[in-house]
Amino acid sequence: MSTSSTLSRRLPFQAHPVDEVGIKERVARLATRSIKKSSKVEGLKLALSMVDLTTLEGADTPGRVRQLCTKAVHLHSGRTDLPMVAAVCVYPTMVRVAREALKGTPIKVAAVATAFPSGMNPLTVKLEDTRYAVGEGAHEIDMVISRGDFLRGDYGRVADEIAEVKKACGEAHLKVILETGELGTLDRVRLASDIAMEAGADFIKTSTGKIQPAATPEVVLVMLQAISDFYRKTGRKIGMKPAGGIANAKAALNLLVMVREVLGPDWLNPDLFRIGASKLPNDILMQLEKERTGVYQGGDYFSND
Amino acid sequence: MSRNGTRGSNRRLDVRKTYKMLIGGAFVRSESGRALDVEAPGGQLLGHVCRASRKDFRNAVVAARKAASGWAGATAYLKGQILYRAAEMLEGRASGFQEVLQSIGLTPAAAKAEVSQAIDLLVYYAGWSDKYLQVFGAVNPVATPHFNFSVTEPMGVVAYVAGEKRPLLDLVSGIAPIVVGGNVVITLSTSRASVAAMELGEVLETSDFPPGVINLLCGLREELLGQMASHMDVNALVLQGGDAKEQTACREACALNLKRFFPKEVNEKENEDPYRILDTVEIKTTWHPVGG
Amino acid sequence: MTKTSTTIGSDWGYAPAPESADHFKLKDQYGLFIGGKFVPAASGKRLKTINPANEKVIAEVADGGEKDVAKAVQAARTAYDKVWRKMSGRERGKYLYRIARIIQERARELAVVESMDGGKPIRESRDVDIPLAAAHFFYHAGWGDKLRYAFPGKSVSPIGVAGQIIPWNFPLLMVAWKVAPALACGNTVVLKPAETTPLTALLFSEICQEAGLPEGVFNLITGAGSTGAALVNHPGLDKVAFTGSTEVGKAIQKSLAGRGTRLTLELGGKAAHIIFEDATIDQAVEGIINGIYFNQGHVCCAGSRLLVQESVEEEVVTKLKARMESLIVGDPLDKNTDIGAINSKAQWDRIRDYLKIGEEEGAELFQTKCSVPEKGYWIRPSFFTRVAQSHRIVQEEIFGPVLAIQTFRTLNEALEKANNTPYGLSGGVWTDKGAKIFKVTRGIRAGVIWANTFNKFDPTSPFGGYKESGYGREGGRHGLRPYVELS
Repeated sequence: MSTSSTLSRRLPFQAHPVDEVGIKERVARLATRSIKKSSKVEGLKLALSMVDLTTLEGADTPGRVRQLCTKAVHLHSGRTDLPMVAAVCVYPTMVRVAREALKGTPIKVAAVATAFPSGMNPLTVKLEDTRYAVGEGAHEIDMVISRGDFLRGDYGRVADEIAEVKKACGEAHLKVILETGELGTLDRVRLASDIAMEAGADFIKTSTGKIQPAATPEVVLVMLQAISDFYRKTGRKIGMKPAGGIANAKAALNLLVMVREVLGPDWLNPDLFRIGASKLPNDILMQLEKERTGVYQGGDYFSND
Repeated sequence: MSRNGTRGSNRRLDVRKTYKMLIGGAFVRSESGRALDVEAPGGQLLGHVCRASRKDFRNAVVAARKAASGWAGATAYLKGQILYRAAEMLEGRASGFQEVLQSIGLTPAAAKAEVSQAIDLLVYYAGWSDKYLQVFGAVNPVATPHFNFSVTEPMGVVAYVAGEKRPLLDLVSGIAPIVVGGNVVITLSTSRASVAAMELGEVLETSDFPPGVINLLCGLREELLGQMASHMDVNALVLQGGDAKEQTACREACALNLKRFFPKEVNEKENEDPYRILDTVEIKTTWHPVGG
Repeated sequence: MTKTSTTIGSDWGYAPAPESADHFKLKDQYGLFIGGKFVPAASGKRLKTINPANEKVIAEVADGGEKDVAKAVQAARTAYDKVWRKMSGRERGKYLYRIARIIQERARELAVVESMDGGKPIRESRDVDIPLAAAHFFYHAGWGDKLRYAFPGKSVSPIGVAGQIIPWNFPLLMVAWKVAPALACGNTVVLKPAETTPLTALLFSEICQEAGLPEGVFNLITGAGSTGAALVNHPGLDKVAFTGSTEVGKAIQKSLAGRGTRLTLELGGKAAHIIFEDATIDQAVEGIINGIYFNQGHVCCAGSRLLVQESVEEEVVTKLKARMESLIVGDPLDKNTDIGAINSKAQWDRIRDYLKIGEEEGAELFQTKCSVPEKGYWIRPSFFTRVAQSHRIVQEEIFGPVLAIQTFRTLNEALEKANNTPYGLSGGVWTDKGAKIFKVTRGIRAGVIWANTFNKFDPTSPFGGYKESGYGREGGRHGLRPYVELS
């Protein structure tokens, strides 16, 4: 495989420099938005509807995945006013189990692929991984970029891989994980976002969840701005998925504020915004119950699936 | 330098000097065609100096403004070199200067002292050129992730009205801190001190100051002060001597464009004082984020 | 992607989030603060101070006159001679530390009152004005016993009694900027706050009482312009410090011309904010927002003239518009409000006049579509394009949320336009190229330059102008100079 690819020749990958301090200031200002009362309740429900409920353990079993799927459908017993989550996200070998467990629901099944989480396998293996997951019934593929290639400046190769995987996805939607915690600077986060979108990503996603830092608000903001620019340039709406470390309701609301103010209300739906998480729903549920009952909640009253 | 007239028919007739003013690097007569007699304390005619007009001052401001950005942008090292060069040139003409000062009434001892002090003062301020920013600038530890620093910058065009008591020293003690601060200057000398000023002009012209950086006028204080204080393209006015009434009028006129105004007592002790450089510089503070 | 779930999100917004004002109570009436006590004006006259967001009267304050000024200057003189100048710098500093702490303790109250009286959003009074006011006292407190290190080679002494006049755009913060250095250096103060925003200065007087500050060290005379004139014209002042319009600043210089009174002026501005094509555009847009829409644009150092490199004009303007549409105009006490009420009816009229002038001059006006309350004084965030350097909206300080956008082609052209103004308070530049930053920051003739940021303030950072933006610095080591005698 040659390192100077067709895509890299075609695309200039123009640098969009990012100022870290300016980003932090904007993040801080966005965080001062005060979300109270009805907008809090509506926002929390909206966030739930955007969750990609995730289990990505080596120890995952069909039993564990089925349990998670049950949670995806019935977030909290006794409440009928709650949405279902957007998707369940699993390893490829668990896709079939999840599809069966979610039959009859609108919940999607997403599979991580391309030698997740490191991506340290040949492209042929990654493509096979992808085809396998799609063949098992995955609606969505969460791929990882080759950070090694990216960091040594072989952007063309990164782009080509994404384009190849996109082809292998067929009808399935492609989320491209940048693993921002390994990229080092916000400038690189921006560049990786631009490359992923140009190469065919339907979504760009911050992290695998295996590396810290993950979906920091700074990284999310930079990616949202990249999406905004891409839309302005091409008219294509790319989705965004922060993932990794988003564990509480406040952080989720903060994400919604960012999406609303940077991309606008058009992006405030699960077709264009997802939150990758495992523990987040319960914290949101606790907040919703608090709003409903006026009483602060305890973890024992919410199922840990 | 003998300035006597004829002494007997077989003696050679002295060539009397008419001093020109220095504007934009050129020695010029007043556009008004006016001159003033300069008399020795005993009353005998020493020579003539120009009587600058408002237009001469205006022309000097134009010349100074033209030179301002170049001089402001010159390195501190270069500015120091040029000031030191002026000291060298003055030293080389020390005895001539002493004669000039004596001719306008100073005792030989006073003349000698004044010339030495003027030379030393130039050396003193030459040395400050690349140091005062280190003393008076600052890096400010702001509480946000920004690098923040304050530097001095020249005000621009500074008008300076010299006193008369110590014809050479009053002038040099005004010019040196002003130009070492990166400003260009237009000076006004009056009465007998004009002779010293115009002699100094000839020294300065050979000491590598770019044209227009130092402009020397002579004339009548009461005629020109109002112009100097009110001119909208002059950034500061430094005034030596003068009474309260004069200062009040200047301060009022300076309000027109908020030019900075510094009335100075003539005080030998304060001549060597880096804080005088601070009078005619601005403090600029710059912020920049610190991030990756 | 097919719809997977509900689409409730598209109309998701922010419910009202008002800051509570129930933890303190304002008085109906406030007196002057003279010699450590609140006293009525000699004339018995009072002024009403209103909330510009709903036009309701908040409280009445004394309308000080010549007699009151004389009493206050006398009190300050006595305090100076008998107490303050004799006190060690260390002890003086300790009073300032106390004041700083009390400001922090009463921060929420001060923020709410600031927003009620002046119209600024609570987000700003809470996050900027009040914390910075406290920080100013902390910073200057420490100088009290270290002044000789601030002026190497000199011996330092106070000047005497300072008369200080402050504007309505940052009421308490300006109190801090003026009072903290004056007191730290050993001077005593008679301060006049702006007519429309006296309340936090009155609360500050209470804080001085609470801190046990010796009587007469700080005195406050509320009132209108004539009160300020009475203060400036009082012959007992050794020093006058004024922040306000260039016009009034010049008048003060003239009226003080025949006296030995020292003067520093912090006046108007019309700052150029330069965006190069290689800037971090999204952050630059945020900088523009901070530059002109911070505090309703009532900021002397506001980035009111935007100079955009032609090659990125469309991108910058498009993004700016989008960002502006997310700005929320309304109730200053709502925590989500970005732009509050215009400070007064007079200022409101003035800004609307300029909007008219701009259109008459042929410039193109853009205003956001957000809703504004019915009562109160509001201006939607606005900018003009197709403006010429000669337009009044480019030359004159509007002091409102109105930006004039011009373009340039080269660095030199940008600098030429930036400096083509009698003002010289501040400037801004955005470029990702280091060398260019320094070329431009050096080239702008102004006292404060923000590079890749804008409208940042800090007590350690000197602030003040070139040219007709005034003289003297406030903040930092340089800010001490106007309050000391060197020998």
